[in-house]
Amino acid sequence: MRQSQTVLRIRGVTKRFGPLVANDDVSLELRRGEMLALLGENGAGKTTLMHILFGHYRADEGEVEVMGRPLPPGSPRAALDAGVGMVHQHFTLAANMTVLENVTVGTRPLFSARLRQGAARRRLADLSARFGLHVDPDARVRDLSVGQRQRVEILKALYRDTRILILDEPTAVLTPQEGEQLFATLRLLVNRGLAVILITHKLREVMAASDRCVVLRHGRVVLRTATHETDADTLARAMVGGEVPRVGRRPGEPGAEVLALDGAVLCDDGGRTLLDGLNLTLRAGEILGIAGVSGNGQAALADMVSGLLRPQAGELRVHGRAVAAPSPAGMLALGVGRVPEDRIGTGLVGDLSVMENLVLEIYRQRPWSRWGLLDFSAMRRGARELIARFDVRCQGPGAPARQLSGGNMQKLILARVLSGNPSVILANQPTWGLDVGAATFVHKALMEASRAGAGVLLISEDLDEIFQVADRIQVMHRGRLSAPVRPDEADAAAIGLAMSGHGDARSEAARAS
Amino acid sequence: MGVLELLLETGFWVATVRMATPLLFGTLGELICERAGVLNLGIEGIMAAGCMGGWCWVYLGGSLWGAVGFAAAVGAALGLVHALLTVRLGLSQHVTGLGITMLASALSSFAFRMLLPKATTPPKITPFAAMDIPGLGSIPFLGPVLFGQTPLTLLALAALAVTAWVLYRTPAGLALRMAGENPMAVESQGLSVHAIRTAAVMAGSALMAVGGAFLTLAAFDAYYIGMVNGRGWICIALVVFASWRPGKALLGALLFAAFDAVQMRVQQQAGLAIPYQVYLMMPYVFSIVALVVMSRRAAYPAALLVPFRKGER
Repeated sequence: MRQSQTVLRIRGVTKRFGPLVANDDVSLELRRGEMLALLGENGAGKTTLMHILFGHYRADEGEVEVMGRPLPPGSPRAALDAGVGMVHQHFTLAANMTVLENVTVGTRPLFSARLRQGAARRRLADLSARFGLHVDPDARVRDLSVGQRQRVEILKALYRDTRILILDEPTAVLTPQEGEQLFATLRLLVNRGLAVILITHKLREVMAASDRCVVLRHGRVVLRTATHETDADTLARAMVGGEVPRVGRRPGEPGAEVLALDGAVLCDDGGRTLLDGLNLTLRAGEILGIAGVSGNGQAALADMVSGLLRPQAGELRVHGRAVAAPSPAGMLALGVGRVPEDRIGTGLVGDLSVMENLVLEIYRQRPWSRWGLLDFSAMRRGARELIARFDVRCQGPGAPARQLSGGNMQKLILARVLSGNPSVILANQPTWGLDVGAATFVHKALMEASRAGAGVLLISEDLDEIFQVADRIQVMHRGRLSAPVRPDEADAAAIGLAMSGHGDARSEAARAS
Repeated sequence: MGVLELLLETGFWVATVRMATPLLFGTLGELICERAGVLNLGIEGIMAAGCMGGWCWVYLGGSLWGAVGFAAAVGAALGLVHALLTVRLGLSQHVTGLGITMLASALSSFAFRMLLPKATTPPKITPFAAMDIPGLGSIPFLGPVLFGQTPLTLLALAALAVTAWVLYRTPAGLALRMAGENPMAVESQGLSVHAIRTAAVMAGSALMAVGGAFLTLAAFDAYYIGMVNGRGWICIALVVFASWRPGKALLGALLFAAFDAVQMRVQQQAGLAIPYQVYLMMPYVFSIVALVVMSRRAAYPAALLVPFRKGER
């Protein structure tokens, strides 16, 4: 049963951060029992708009109405009480506490003498059963998988009788199966009269699940349409503001070996085998794609190539010479550039400025420092140039790196790595969580670097990405690599099977050799 | 006399429980602050302020229980200063805490000197007397050890029970613990992290000050400068020893006090064969060893020392 009752009305919201206009006169409406997709590239202002709705930010202009009543700005409490619930992209859960504690915090008057966990437990069990969101209420959040944590976030909102549920990039962290399960749950919720806002840039999900779409670009609404009246191409064009850039593959002429692993073995402290005799050869001018579900040894492989871990058996060669005692600085000196998996944790130092992050690996060299003193004016000049060349959207060279959006963080890392002209580039999940535009930018940058003679080791869970840019593909499963295949010879289904460990002949062959 | 014999002696345990009382107050206070995510290095000074404030109240003619209340109020006020600087303004918790300690210690000495510019011997007050509860007091061992103390010792045990209850059994305690684990989780549920942390620091500081007041109102009958003598720092170590759990805080306070009591006895009996400083050192050596052993598996509150700034990514 559908009613076209408007539950949320946003009128003329404008929000500025310094000179940056994040939302420019944005208006939208949400009706009961519908799923609205809010689309846009990174930095288009989707997340800012939702933070305003949820009271984390105050809008400079405009107003928000929930159920026909104006929502007082700047108060998450008011938003919650009005029935607005939000599932953030970065979960807001306390890892050391239980599911039940995370769900119930703040739901009872602060100064009552009892927690009434018994009643809370029953209510949680009831919600879990009704919406198929199964999770152990007494489990500690740190022991849960990412998909389970998201279920806890949704339960947190449902526990509070949420009528408007906002999900920020909900599938960015999920496996395809978990994603499907999530959409089944959301359908169930919408059918019961909830209104859902889905913030995303995955067009496939939008087309499959949403009722209406609103597209934001540079903080403005550029398209407003019913989903069945549009198609993925139209939406993509609206998001990017023109034709969608496509990456063309080119036949490469691979050169000399730049990086090689010969039977590399690695065990963790507990004696578990992480890498079980890896063989790979990366040549100048090629992109070698390492496909596989994460957790199969990719992290160990990346750490080894970065110089953080030393193989316990086997050999690591750079430019044909064995590296006996690899260290991060040593690998850097040998020309290995690194685009790490965790942008915020290991890629950047969030509290340092953009320009400081750009010279993190070279600050001891001229012209960035002289006689042991940093030359900030040289750093600022260099940073301006790289910001322009790599189109990093930020408030300037002095802005803290943590203020950047995911896509711009990755551009910043690429700027640092590529400006050093590395001969080997390790790119670990380089487009994870990025939108189409930013991902295309990353792909182009990596392909340009390989055309200029660098060898690129691309570790990715995204098979489409691997097929799009890699010259050769190896599949990683349980610490082993299959023998390389060329994408035009390879069968996506076979590679997918190898990823899930349903053996393939070529990996057997690789092991035997 | 061997240590074993000493451990069987009721008088030894009476002394241990008495000496553990200020440590228990201080450790509980620090634990509450840290569970909410705020390190309070002001504890040493806040205890000194409570020590001086409590004594002063009685010296100027107030009642003993009024003095306990006044000390708590002084502690809460200093806690408010710490919270304004570290919670509202997000300043360094280390620097602010040390500043509070210096400020409060110096103010206590200053107030004492202003009050008694010419005193050579500290004037005495009439402190809390040991309780004499009919029936309970005559239970063997437990009677004198627990009920032969001053009422402040029972107050410390009551504070322990209330702290444990509030932290683990009430919505406020849940919110407080979560503010120390992930402030965003609290803020996104519509609660104010700033308010919760400020309240926790004030309540914790009040307990610390009562621990200080115990020294002048129960353990001794006069105030002298430097009376807290590092007990605050010991409490900081005891919180880690306790893995941020109230029950273990009691254990830690008793253990440290027992070492102190042993040290005093042995020192008396062994005479001057060994320099007395060696004995004085023992409890502190114990606390370092205990810290090394315990803190290896201690789980810090995840957001301890991390200021929460609203509206920031």
